Amino acid sequence: MSKRISADEVAHVAALARLSLTPEELELFTEQLGDVLEHAADVEALDLDDVEPLAHPVPLVNVLRPDEVTPSLDRDEVLAQAPAAEDGQFRVPRILGEEP
Amino acid sequence: MSLVPDAVDHAVDIAAAVGAGERSAVDVLNEHLDRVAANEGEIHAFNEVLRDEALAAASAIDQRVGAGEDVGPLAGVPVALKDNMCTRGIPTTCSSRILEGWRPPYDATVVTRLTGAGAVVVGKTNLDEFAMGSSTENSAFGPTRNPHDTRRVPGGSSGGSAAAVAAGFAAASLGSDTGGSIRQPAALCGLVGVKPTYGAVSRYGLIAFASSLDQIGPFTHTVADAAAVHDVIAGHDPLDSTSIAGSLDRVSDALDRGVEGLRVGLITQMMGHGIEGISADVLARTRAAADALAAAGAIVEDVSVPSAIYGLSAYYLVAPAEASSNLSRYDGVRYGLRSDGPNVTEMNTATRTDGFGPEVKRRIMLGTYALSAGYYDAYYGKAQKVRQLMVDDFARAYESHDVLLSPTSPCTAFPFGDKTADPMTMYVNDVCTIPSNLTGHPAMSVPYGVGDDGLPVGVQVLAPAMGEAVMFQAAAALEALR
Amino acid sequence: MSDTSELPEGWGLVVGLEVHAELATATKLFCGCPNQFGSEPNTNVCPTCLGLPGSLPVLNGTAVDYAMRLGRALECEVNPSVFARKNYFYPDMPKDYQVSQYDLPTNTEGRLALPDGYVVGIERAHIEEDTGKSTHIGGDGRISSADYSLVDYNRAGVPLVEIVSRPEIHTVDHAKAYVSELRDILEAIGVSDAKMEEGSMRVDANVSVRPVGSDELRTRCEIKNVNSVRSIGRAIEYEARRHIDLYENGDAPRQETRHWDEAGGRTRPGRSKEDADDYRYFAEPDLLPLRPSAEEIADIDASMPPLPAARRAQVIDASGADGDAAALIVERSQDGLVLDTVAAGADGASVVKHAVNNLADGVGELTASAFAALVGLESAGTLSSTQAKTVLAALVERGGDPEAIASELGFEAMDTGELESLVDGLIADNPDEWARFVEGDKKIQGFFVGQIMKATKGQADGKVVNQLLSRKASS
Ligand SMILES: [Mg+2]
Ligand SMILES: [Zn+2]
Repeated sequence: MSKRISADEVAHVAALARLSLTPEELELFTEQLGDVLEHAADVEALDLDDVEPLAHPVPLVNVLRPDEVTPSLDRDEVLAQAPAAEDGQFRVPRILGEEP
Repeated sequence: MSLVPDAVDHAVDIAAAVGAGERSAVDVLNEHLDRVAANEGEIHAFNEVLRDEALAAASAIDQRVGAGEDVGPLAGVPVALKDNMCTRGIPTTCSSRILEGWRPPYDATVVTRLTGAGAVVVGKTNLDEFAMGSSTENSAFGPTRNPHDTRRVPGGSSGGSAAAVAAGFAAASLGSDTGGSIRQPAALCGLVGVKPTYGAVSRYGLIAFASSLDQIGPFTHTVADAAAVHDVIAGHDPLDSTSIAGSLDRVSDALDRGVEGLRVGLITQMMGHGIEGISADVLARTRAAADALAAAGAIVEDVSVPSAIYGLSAYYLVAPAEASSNLSRYDGVRYGLRSDGPNVTEMNTATRTDGFGPEVKRRIMLGTYALSAGYYDAYYGKAQKVRQLMVDDFARAYESHDVLLSPTSPCTAFPFGDKTADPMTMYVNDVCTIPSNLTGHPAMSVPYGVGDDGLPVGVQVLAPAMGEAVMFQAAAALEALR
Repeated sequence: MSDTSELPEGWGLVVGLEVHAELATATKLFCGCPNQFGSEPNTNVCPTCLGLPGSLPVLNGTAVDYAMRLGRALECEVNPSVFARKNYFYPDMPKDYQVSQYDLPTNTEGRLALPDGYVVGIERAHIEEDTGKSTHIGGDGRISSADYSLVDYNRAGVPLVEIVSRPEIHTVDHAKAYVSELRDILEAIGVSDAKMEEGSMRVDANVSVRPVGSDELRTRCEIKNVNSVRSIGRAIEYEARRHIDLYENGDAPRQETRHWDEAGGRTRPGRSKEDADDYRYFAEPDLLPLRPSAEEIADIDASMPPLPAARRAQVIDASGADGDAAALIVERSQDGLVLDTVAAGADGASVVKHAVNNLADGVGELTASAFAALVGLESAGTLSSTQAKTVLAALVERGGDPEAIASELGFEAMDTGELESLVDGLIADNPDEWARFVEGDKKIQGFFVGQIMKATKGQADGKVVNQLLSRKASS
């Protein structure tokens, strides 16, 4: 099985998830994630090469809707919930980079 | 101290009386609101009590009944909603700072169906933040207390919905069940709690925890009440792609079919052979339930579901993985909390760091890790295969059995702080309930006496996909044998 | 066309193109909001396309049909497919993940033949949702210098097909041809309006270079924000030269995303996102797999309209037009008219000549029979080419019968007798000029033709006048 998750890996994962951790939290979470993943080792160890993964509990396919317009929301109701809005749009601080 | 009322009205009786104009929905509601006024301060079942809205709805019901209208199968039944179900214009928080004050612009499908059937919504109930927990101690707004013993937890994550019914604040409530979040609190609060077949009840408007596991279901005092609520909320919804098309059989019609000749399997792995840590008194009550069914004419035998022992591990890879993606949208841009930052990336990070509690952060990071490059196959991919393994094992078990039986929770209601020190001890609470979420099969908890501590014990009845009718049939029989 | 026509000696170009085309459905991919360009900001939004908590996607059947249609037009295999979540944070993406197709896309293994016959392999054409749009306020208008940004989610959830070519494009001309051909196909089968200016068709180019003759794949850069066929050529050429300069100075490009700066005529590095490398794809649990039936695919094939390549070939067969003329005619969707006109017996060359030169603004009221009749009058010499052009314009404007219109305009074919006496008179009046003409001074010929045209108010046929003059000179 794989080695225990490191503090660096937890820090990387936190960055991916847009969470910042104090040094204490980093240490605690590294410990706790390690425990959970250790418990998951029994699954990791299983040989399931001939088993298909199950992504959906319901055996449905081709669930489609007709291409028909339904009412949209009232913009004022939507923007009333926004932390910041301007000119009918959502206002956000400076964006650092273009879409990846 | 116990705050469980001596007697409560059952939902089906309320509906019958109100529908027939023999009782006023407003009076029924006031009886429940009086208990709220008296004990909510101690229990904290609700994030929000909708007193005025409820009174308005109740008097509207009375007027329509007066006008000779049929207001539906839940006429005047006071219901509580777990605060992860969207209610238009009414705060819906998931008991998280990150959604504090958010007023959805739409109603969840279950809300529309309940109110359409004449039910009266009394409030939004407390939960473990984003339904992540088994004790409701992870709520950002403080824990809910168990009405049977206010020093103890009601279970979770739907602890508020369970406590609201147990305390007589509502005749029925809705919870959501991703790994046992309806069945376990039902067991700990002495209630009936149902996790329907995945796809039987629409998830539209249910704030997602783990999309392939989440299902909405009822808490009630009786199996008949649970059946009445289930028959209202179940059914196809074009707004949920995973909603099962076609009509489902009414479970209310299956209640009095008895158990003569019913083939019942007792899951050995959950009876002390495979899965550790299930307390002796809980095992004893489960065994007693099996014996009672046998005495009533059911054919009861032990049955092995080998992969059941992997449920917990698989669940704690699948659920956090889906959650890590589902909870990305809480970024401070469109709704809910925003903590400022000099640029959008730092604003996202500040918002999520301030807005999420430790358990949510833990699961987001666990799930992000399980999905990240290099680990997908070892963790998430592997766990999805375990689900298939379990589906196959259960299919074999159901070849020779109509329903299966197991404990619901490994233990009765535990004191606050008992299991918060290390996550694994809390996660183990779901060991018997998780398999049904991973397979998508229905399962429900039925109260069956008390443990050595005098606190309620629940027995779990499991059935194959779409097997709600036979599940309710067995549950009703078990209830009658109590 | 040489592999390296645009590049310094010894260097070859390697380009793969990723084209995002918005599908022309009535509603978005996963909700019933209008799929509409240019609405007031945030008016075409609902819980689903805003990614509100509790909302769920339901797949638009027409979007799937359109995507499969495109797949078949590109000769792809249409496969069972699964939607996946591509996880990354970006403010114009409401759920902070994009629903796309990853390891099981709808279309794979296709090909696109360019007008000159060169074939580019298509790796995949998958379905995904579009993002919203952000406007950057303050600074020099560029994203990173802005004070803040405003986000509009009208475009969020609009259905896209992403068409990914194999890195088999080796000239700038082929890159441009690939994009215009793809655009014509999208229009021809009616699944997208493919307007680069409106962003309903967007092109990213993966560019690298290598020494001629080698088949290695060197570090590539992805060029985004290229908004016209012309700038595709410019951007690729600029980027290729940038790579060559780096290599020739003993340096090398870094793999990165760069943005084409139309005004500056150069590519600029986009900030390479630190977490862009780990999208944590997994099967979207809120959507179910697609399993297109053989019947569905057969129906799509059966209802497939003729594609631009086939239409061009038809025009060339029927009229003898050259490749460029045929391309122009098909691009203007005038191939139907041209084919009918030729079928009605008109001379192919003249039909093509008029179509190319005189129908740039559309065919208006012009019918094939009128067009054929007009070409007939012209070939018979009844109308001069100038007159024919005038009559054609009238036919385009209001339709009708060319002969009627010609006489209406006073275009009477003059009989040669009349014309001959005019010429004789002219010669008599201008003996010196005539003498010079007879001695072979061709410059003076224009004077005589001009005088005759003046006398006949342009009704004389230039050809006939010239013939008359030379006959008289040599007699
Ligand atoms: Mg894409
Ligand atoms: Zn929408």
